[in-house]
Amino acid sequence: MNPVQAVGRSTLGLLRTAGSVAIFAGRGIAASVSTPWFGGQMARQVVAIGYLSLPVVGLTAVFTGAALALNIYTGGGRFNAEQIMPQIVALGITRELGPVLAALMLAGRVSAAIAAEIGAMRATEQLDALHTLSTDPFRYLVAPRLIAAVLTLPLLTAVADTIGVAGGFLVATQTLGFSGPLYVQNTWNFLTSWDIQSGLIKAAVFGFIVALMGAYHGYNASGGARGVGRATTHAVVSAAILVFAADYILTSLFSAK
Amino acid sequence: MSAPETPMLELRGVRKAFGQKVVLDSVDIPVARGRSLVIIGGSGQGKSVTIKIAIGLMAPDAGQVFVDGEDTANLTSAADRARHNARFGMLFQGAALFDSLTIWENVAFRLINADKVPRKEARERAIEALARVGLPASVANLYPIELSGGMQKRAGLARAVVAAPQIIFFDEPTTGLDPINADVINDLIVEQVKRLGCTAVSITHDMASARKIGDEIAMLHKGKIVWRGPAADIDHSGNAYVDQFVHGRAEGPIRVEV
Repeated sequence: MNPVQAVGRSTLGLLRTAGSVAIFAGRGIAASVSTPWFGGQMARQVVAIGYLSLPVVGLTAVFTGAALALNIYTGGGRFNAEQIMPQIVALGITRELGPVLAALMLAGRVSAAIAAEIGAMRATEQLDALHTLSTDPFRYLVAPRLIAAVLTLPLLTAVADTIGVAGGFLVATQTLGFSGPLYVQNTWNFLTSWDIQSGLIKAAVFGFIVALMGAYHGYNASGGARGVGRATTHAVVSAAILVFAADYILTSLFSAK
Repeated sequence: MSAPETPMLELRGVRKAFGQKVVLDSVDIPVARGRSLVIIGGSGQGKSVTIKIAIGLMAPDAGQVFVDGEDTANLTSAADRARHNARFGMLFQGAALFDSLTIWENVAFRLINADKVPRKEARERAIEALARVGLPASVANLYPIELSGGMQKRAGLARAVVAAPQIIFFDEPTTGLDPINADVINDLIVEQVKRLGCTAVSITHDMASARKIGDEIAMLHKGKIVWRGPAADIDHSGNAYVDQFVHGRAEGPIRVEV
């Protein structure tokens, strides 16, 4: 195949996938915002996606906050500006690292699980069975996961923000000689509500992306066990990439504000 | 002279291809109300595709599907589709029970989620349906993974019949079962179809099953129906394809593509 053909084929493939994802997302949103809703399914997903992700998000946040504090202290020291460390840690966590890390943890934990579960249902004809039982898989499977992820990732991010800042606080007060009350006061006075809100808005968008990628790749899985494995990998990779892309776009929009 | 009765299910001029491979080539399959049609044919001859098109899981490239005289292409609203789907029951090849639900929740799935029957009543009806296929109430709270293949098929059958459908599809109902369990499933299928008085369409390559559950048998080969007749005539069809298939001979007009 000549190179021009190869580029053309790849471009068409990419556009086809983008269109397919857009249609899938549209159906998922339509099923999420209209009745009937499956309350039991939604509650189960809130627990699976939100509550059960708390440990992994919390642990990631505490270590990231602590490492961030050390790095900013070192960097700030080069300009004799070590004292701004609490403010930068708080800003970095709330605006960027809290939502992104929580989303990446969810991409690994939840996107993969959604793709594997729905993919296995596809392989064993359970999705076809849903149709024959007069139940729309988008309402029963996709919408509860989208809604649960959009609702719970901001909450997880709020937890990650708190724990991340606490990680920085611990390092600052235990190893770098910062005063505890002063650290808290500097952080509190510096942060604006928009710093936190913008991170939570990002988190809601990331939650949608993570659940969407899991559901999309699982729903379109083919080829038995191998296909389910492939769907799981694609879900995690595409969710992570799209989270970073969306992060840049949202940050640009928020910076202009 | 009275007008011919409208078939309960009819595939008319249905064509389906995947890339260059034509799986169904202008196939006509009418099934009269209350009759049981078994479609036989080798692997990859389009039997599953036929059922998927009939039930609306797959769209044909050309042709129409009529259910009780109604063209399914005209079912555009969600309400119409729900009404349409409520006519069907289906037993899948691997039973396709939902792993995350108990057996009674599987059986009562349509009742609870589509028909909005209260859970208590749905559970009672599910246990009745399980009893009709020979499963005790003690399995109601088990999960599919805790049942044998034969029991899963029975539970799948209970799920297919619990809402009294007008048309039931059976996709390879005896595949993966030992001969005794296969015969039990065949008996249950005949019993349930008779009890409900519904129309049945089955696909299988198990000839014992085809003979037992079918009033009529049709053979699908290379996208065409090459023979159709009463189940009793299958052993003297006079059709070389059917003879080769029924007797499982390697020699004959059917060439296995390797």
